[in-house]
Amino acid sequence: MKSRREFLKEAATGVVLLGSSAAADKLALAGVLEQHAAAGKSKVVIARDASLHGAGTQPNEQHVLNLLDKAMSAYTGREKPMEAWKSVIPADILAGGVIGLKVNGLGGRGISTHAALTMAVAERLQQAGVRAGNILVWDRNERDLAACGMTISTDPSRVRCYGNDAGGFDDEPVSWGTANIRLAKILTRECAMVINLPILKDHGGAGITFSMKNMYGVVDKPFTLHANNCNPGVADLNCLPAVRGKVWFTIGDAISSVYDGGPGFHPERLWYPNALVVGEDRVALDYTAWQMIEHKRAEVGMPTLEGVGRAPKYIATAADFAHQLGTCDPKRIKLVEV
Amino acid sequence: MKAFGPGRWKKAVVALAIAAAIMNAGCKKKDVDPFPASGAVAGWEKTGDTRVFAAKDLWQYIDGGAEQYLQAGVVSTATSDYKYQDQLETVVDVYTMGDAAGARKILESGQTNDAKRVQVGDAGIAYEQSVTFRKGPYLVRIVAYEATPGAQQALIALAHGVEAKL
Repeated sequence: MKSRREFLKEAATGVVLLGSSAAADKLALAGVLEQHAAAGKSKVVIARDASLHGAGTQPNEQHVLNLLDKAMSAYTGREKPMEAWKSVIPADILAGGVIGLKVNGLGGRGISTHAALTMAVAERLQQAGVRAGNILVWDRNERDLAACGMTISTDPSRVRCYGNDAGGFDDEPVSWGTANIRLAKILTRECAMVINLPILKDHGGAGITFSMKNMYGVVDKPFTLHANNCNPGVADLNCLPAVRGKVWFTIGDAISSVYDGGPGFHPERLWYPNALVVGEDRVALDYTAWQMIEHKRAEVGMPTLEGVGRAPKYIATAADFAHQLGTCDPKRIKLVEV
Repeated sequence: MKAFGPGRWKKAVVALAIAAAIMNAGCKKKDVDPFPASGAVAGWEKTGDTRVFAAKDLWQYIDGGAEQYLQAGVVSTATSDYKYQDQLETVVDVYTMGDAAGARKILESGQTNDAKRVQVGDAGIAYEQSVTFRKGPYLVRIVAYEATPGAQQALIALAHGVEAKL
């Protein structure tokens, strides 16, 4: 299978044959994606809504949906939500492919991808033409999904939801650099593409966890990738073709976050950025997420992650010549805040 | 040097076996169930099964967060969910460390200036939504998912309930 980078390269050089409607759709998509990467920069959108939580600790569902629309509009330049989604998801996948929504429930109920966001994405996908049963919300296991407020369902007429504990892993391991693991069948066999829905957190090992680190939930033995502050484990894992090629759009949950003590739930270190962070360049997204965490730590008088020996060095590794997963050069990131 | 005869070998083996048994008994931690039953602490109900993770499997529970516990010598971790007055959902984690020093290391590494010291176990701290204490080789962390009026007092009461079972 071609990686998206390879596809874009081929589209630009005319290698892709235009004989099929799918190929034409993909070429159109490539044009859109090039627009998103305006002037050679990777676009990252941070959309905020200070009123997201209202009086309670759970975000208001309608406000989350509105914030998602705002983020998608800012990212794609399309005002109408359906047009925005159709400009991001390839037509052939909209028509019949399974779209995975990879959430993150590792930290438990207090600090997991919010159900309001997951269901808002599922709602907009259905309105854009995706059949409910072709949407699959997934994470490591049933407990993690419950932490995300999700209920297990395999009913093909509804949005499906189950974990790797039910889906299983490929029999054969795959390798890239230090990564030598078995991937979840949900990723390799079920999904045509995956929308990454991580939650922004400090991480005791990696420094921060957001877009790329969320892929630890698609492998059988994530602990084998923890050495040396997850560097180069995170970058190597994201270079595996199935991860690189299928997981290329992130809607990051920064509705709430922990700026220290993560990845578990530490309510004394909880804060509410009330934001979504959207983009395609996973490295630029993680760089942006890192800056958000550092900003908060500085605000409360905490040392930098570098200062406590936890700088997320895997981000630079992911951008290096060997990995080329994106950019962490702020001059090459077009940050849009709405 | 005088060689051991058959009788002396036998005595030596028996003595070694007894010594090993005594040492093993001394090192082995008592088998405890640290989780109060529903109603044992006023207002608190145990709402989930007890799950236990050996050190090598701790990543399944707190992947990424396991490293600091492993470095401090965690032996096993037990966890269960609770609910207070049918509202305040809470999780109780009991980490059995290799020794008291390991429990102390974790407790001290998690302390911040805004922590309130509480009289639970050998030492304890509390925040609005959490209580952490150590007792011997045990490190206990109790976390509520929401901040509600009176949550801290309720958590401290549950902490005392756990402490009494350790």
